[in-house]
Formats: sequence, C-alpha cells, structure tokens
Amino acid sequence: MRIIIEKGRLLDPANKLDGKQDLFIADGKVVGIKKKPEGFESDLQIDAKDKVVLPGLVDLCARLREPGYAYKGTFQSECQAANSSGITSICCPPDTNPVIDTTAVVDLIRQRTRDANRGNVYPLAALTLGLKGEHLAEMDTLRRAGCIGVSNGLAPIESTEVLRRAFEYAHSCGLTVFFFAEDYSLKNNGVVHEGPVSTRLGLPGIPETAETVALSRALLLVEQTQVKAHFCRLSSARSVSMIATAQEQGLPVTADVGICNLHLTEMDIADYNSDAHLQPPLRNERDRKGLVEGINNGVIAAVCSDHQPHDADAKAAPFSQTEAGASTIEHLLPLMLHLVNRKEIKLEQAIAALTSQPANILGLDKGSLSVGSDADICILDLDSSNSVDTASLLSAGKNTPFKGWELPGQVTHTLFNGEVVFERD
Amino acid sequence: MTGNKIQLDKNGNLKHFLTTEGLSQALLQNILDRAESFASVGERAVKKVPLLRGKTIANLFFEPSTRTRTTFELAAKRLSADILNLNISTSATSKGETLSDTLHTLEAMHCDMFVVRHANSGAAHYIATQVAPHISVINAGDGRHAHPTQAMLDMFTIRRHKKTFDNLRVAIVGDILHSRVARSEIHALSTLGVLEIRIIAPQTLIPKDVENLGVQIFHDMDEGLNGADVVMMLRLQKERMRGALLPSENEYFQRYGLTSKRLEKAKSDVIVMHPGPINRGVEIASDVADGEHSVILQQVSHGIAVRMAVMAMTMGRSPEDSGEVS
Repeated sequence: MRIIIEKGRLLDPANKLDGKQDLFIADGKVVGIKKKPEGFESDLQIDAKDKVVLPGLVDLCARLREPGYAYKGTFQSECQAANSSGITSICCPPDTNPVIDTTAVVDLIRQRTRDANRGNVYPLAALTLGLKGEHLAEMDTLRRAGCIGVSNGLAPIESTEVLRRAFEYAHSCGLTVFFFAEDYSLKNNGVVHEGPVSTRLGLPGIPETAETVALSRALLLVEQTQVKAHFCRLSSARSVSMIATAQEQGLPVTADVGICNLHLTEMDIADYNSDAHLQPPLRNERDRKGLVEGINNGVIAAVCSDHQPHDADAKAAPFSQTEAGASTIEHLLPLMLHLVNRKEIKLEQAIAALTSQPANILGLDKGSLSVGSDADICILDLDSSNSVDTASLLSAGKNTPFKGWELPGQVTHTLFNGEVVFERD
Repeated sequence: MTGNKIQLDKNGNLKHFLTTEGLSQALLQNILDRAESFASVGERAVKKVPLLRGKTIANLFFEPSTRTRTTFELAAKRLSADILNLNISTSATSKGETLSDTLHTLEAMHCDMFVVRHANSGAAHYIATQVAPHISVINAGDGRHAHPTQAMLDMFTIRRHKKTFDNLRVAIVGDILHSRVARSEIHALSTLGVLEIRIIAPQTLIPKDVENLGVQIFHDMDEGLNGADVVMMLRLQKERMRGALLPSENEYFQRYGLTSKRLEKAKSDVIVMHPGPINRGVEIASDVADGEHSVILQQVSHGIAVRMAVMAMTMGRSPEDSGEVS
C-alpha cells in the first residue's frame, strides 16, 4: 500500500519539524517527507489540509484487560479505542490475570496483538513472581520472550531487601524498572487523598507521604544499584521536586504522570463520584499545578492514559468498595490539547510527552517521523471539538470522570504500519 | 455543598436524610420543632399517631446495632408504619448478592423507606442514587461519614437545655477520625450558629485539615474544656488500641477521660453528652456519666422523637396532618 498524506502541517518535536509537508508512505514505512521519492505512485491520497500530522502516539500505560478481565475490555475493543485517539504503541503493565511472569502469558499477549493488528503492544514483565514482592521473576527469560521492561504494577514490594535485589538483578539484565511508588503501610486502607475531602466524606485517606516515602526509598536504591528507573504515575508536587533533584544528581531516572491527575483534583470526587476513584489518588490543586510544571520543565517526560476500563458493577457500590481507575485512552490527546488551549502547556511540549519522549523511555525507535521509520501516524483536526459522552465511547469501559467535558481536537485518521486503522466518518 | 441536590426534592423539602452538611438552618430548626411536637407522644398512654399508616419501612442494617435500630423501630411504630428489620451482614451480601440487587429485591416488596446503616462511608448516598423515586432513604450511620439523626437528637437535647445555639462553646472529645457522629455534629452545630466548636483529641485521632470544617483543635483536655457549655464525649472503640493510634485505655483515660475534676473547667451549667454505649473508665468516669450534668439518658428518649420527625418529613407528612398532635 502506497499512501500520500498531502498538505498537512507536520509536527514532530523529536525532529524539530513543524511545517506544511507532504508525507509519502510505502510498505509500512515512511519513504519520503516533503520530497516525493522517485517513481512514487500512491494507491491512496489523504487530504490533510488544515490538519496536523503527528507521529502515532505512544501510551506508557494502558490496560487492555486480557488475559483475565475480558469482561472489562479486550485487545480488540481497547486498541480500537486507542486508535481513535491516534495511539499506535501501548505499553501494558504486568497486572493481568495470570500475571505476566511466564513466557506463556507473553506469548498470549503477542498473539492477541497480532490478531488485533491495531498497534504495537509492549508488555512489561513482572518484577516479582505473582507481583507478590517476595521472589524475583524470570526477568531475562521474559525479556527474551518480548517484554520491554519490568514492573511490579501497583502491587507493593514491602521488603526493602527484595526491592534492592530486584533492582540489582534488573540492572544486570539491562532492564528498565517501571516503578509505582506507594508505601503500603502508609496507604493503609486509604481510597482518596488525605485532605479536606477525605475528612469531609469520611473516606480513609492516602497521605502524600505514602508516595514520597516510597519514592525516597526507591531513589536511594537506584543510587546504590544504578538501575535505570522510570517512576510511574506521580501524583504530588513534592514527588516532582524529588525526581528533579535526583535527575540533577545524575541518577538514571525518568517519570510520567497519568492524564487524570493533570486535570482533576480531590474536589472532583464531590459526593462519592466513583469514576474519580483513582490510584494514585487525585490530590489538590497545588499538586496538579506541580505536575503540569513538571512537564514544562522536563522533569516529567511522558503523559500516559493510565487507561483502566471497568465493567459497570466495578463502579456501582459505596465508594471504598469500588475499583480504582478510569477509562481514558480515547481522551488522552484531546485532554492534552485542552491543557494547551488553557495555556498550561505548549503544543510542542504536549506532543513530545505523548510521542518521542515515552518512546525514549521504552528505548523504542518510535514517536517520530523520518525517512525509514515505521509509518505509525495520527492526523488531527485541531479546530474541531467533541463533548465526552459515555454512550459513544469505543472502549468497553464507560468509567470516565470527564463526562460532559467539551474537549478540543479530533483525530481523523490513524495509520499503523502504513495501513489506515481508524478513519472518522 | 452538593449533598443538597440529592437530599431535597424540587420544592426544597427533605426527601432523603443522608447528612447534616449543606442543609439550611431553617430546615434543621424545622426538624427540631417537629421533634418537639412528637416528643409528647411518647409520654401519653396511647403512644401512636397514624401519620405513616400503611407505609412500610425497612431497617437495613449492614452493620450490627441494637440501640439505633431499636429507636428507629420504635419511631416507625409510633407513626403506625409497618417495619421490616433486615440484618443484611449475615444474609444476602454474604451469598454474593450485590447491594443493588438487595435494594431492588426490597423495592419489589413495595417498601416506602429504607433506614440504612452501613460500614462504608457514602453507602446511604449511593443507595439514595439507586432507589426508585418514591423511596426515601434515611442514613442511620455510614462508615466514618455521617450519622445525621444522632446529631439532630444531640441538637434537640442541647436546644432543650440551652434554648438557643448562639453563644455556645461546644467541645467534642475523642476519636474524631473514625467518628461519623462527630462529623454530623460539627456540620449541624456550625449551621445552627454556635459560637465555638472545639475538638479535643490526640493528633492520631484527628482527621487531616479538619480546621476546614470550622473547628478549633485542642490536644489538652483542660484547655479545651475551659468555659465550655456543652461537652460531647465520643465512644472509643476498643480496636483503636490494637493499631498504633493509642498506647492504652489507661493512658487515654488519664489524658482525655472526663472526670468531675476536669469538668470543673467547664461552665457551671455545662451539659455532658454521649451517643452511647458508654465505656466507663475509658472515656468517661462513672460519677460524671451518672452525675447532675449528664443528659445521656435524655438523648436516648429524644432520639425517638427526632427520628419520628425525620421519618414523617421525608415521607411528606407533618405532625398536624394527623390532627392528633398539638
């Protein structure tokens, strides 16, 4: 298939491209930018006039719910939802059921990825067996089976000794550790940020120190072991400054934030809105601003959807009995553009945090467009907008905390490996 | 606050009673006024009025309680309603039935009101969003969040003794962190316009940013009691000793137990309240619990009148409708 994308504004922060250029695609690769390759004849022309052409987005964390939770979502439904938001590469955490701690599960994920054929799915291997925080998983075997990094998901590693050994071993295997910092005992049975809202609603709180204490411990062990560490889903301003200090000291650390924490605070829980039940929790406005600032000053390199589609029953109960997480993959890009429109983040910075920067963290040659790169492309109409309506969500999970929000920008086309996998009517 | 939206119908009348937060002073006073007219019912030879005749009220207790359930039951009976007691912690949910399923089953039995006690904060609120429009929900205690009828019977007791709320200094002593009673009392007291609300407890039992609710924090009992008009003691659950919140009952009593000597710091006409059941020698000394300042037993009998008032109001009935109450 030969495709020409004509007259679009090509925006590729990694290559410092921003201008009207045609893009030529053949056999799944970009074969020309601006200049038409000799003898190129297209089978398909896509008119991108007044539109923005971006590298396909790279989502550092989305749960596709297979294996184990197909009643919440499938590769088919969730990758389709991802494509509608221009996402073509997805990193998925190991907390499937069974956990990604055997090659059989990795094989199954690879099979599902091929079957769906809507994007690249990069699984993270379990750091410890069953995510129980006791025994190391077979990280190297899992790496060879196709895992791109190691992580304990949201599960705690209570023993500092186990954490040290896990970091050392991952370092020996050349693997990046994707680490979610939350101190299990300080979190206790908390379900929301410990603050005025937890006090008013009588909900058990998760103090800021649940994150910062766990982060300090991990940072000291990174210093000791020199493992490459990526800190997932920061939720507090304090954590951003701790990561900044570590980066200044030259530690090999990066960080991301989930999109919800850039828009919402504990106030959005209002009267027990279970769609705003998240882990890490929504904190206060100062934290939200600190996270946005972290993106602007480069401390936080990536923004991910942290997509967690749920069945209706998972959210239909008294708040603390509901499951945490939001269905966000379809709104990752529009929500970033919303921050751009509100002048909180620059457009280029926003796109970089969704493309080349997460690709760098994963060590992938993705998220940018040069001659020879994979033709994963997102075409965006910046001038249109859409209001969030649960009925029209493609994801099987209707649990969005953004119901009724008017969001800017709509993806009109998504290409994966040079094939159109999404086209808006 | 947003709690209003669900508690009031479109005419601003009480439809559900889930929390004292966000309700107007007029509405809270209205509850107290109606309770006042019901209070006499219990003192008569025939203790019934036919206000809710033909209505069915389900007591849904997902957490065990004798006292609260019994007073709701008595209140319902005195209003001539039929009452159904369901101890759900031991029946439906342990069989794997979801809360929504349990509710819809009860709806199918044509209940008109659910009185709900649940271990999770927000449970009554959740139930109110789930039930059919003709059903009223009364919160009989949800997790750490609210226990609005307890708070209102406390307000009733205070009003009977102090007439107005304007110049009162009220001290709430004990485990504020886990207390739904304290939260509901704080909201009600602040709406009714008391001069000062003080909370007295060690930091381990005080929730974060509680100052936002308009209270002053004291860690020292004597300072907190100084000049108080009303002292509200909270029950200290034994399980708090198991974690790292408190060292021992002895030490707690030493620092925060209400003794007659400590009570001398308060005003001479101070009243001492407690939602019960009392732990004698843990949060309160026996001579204070049984002493001249104690109004603890009055609280219990006021509970019936207040619950009658709330039940009648949420069902759209006023005492005058029966023609029997003056």
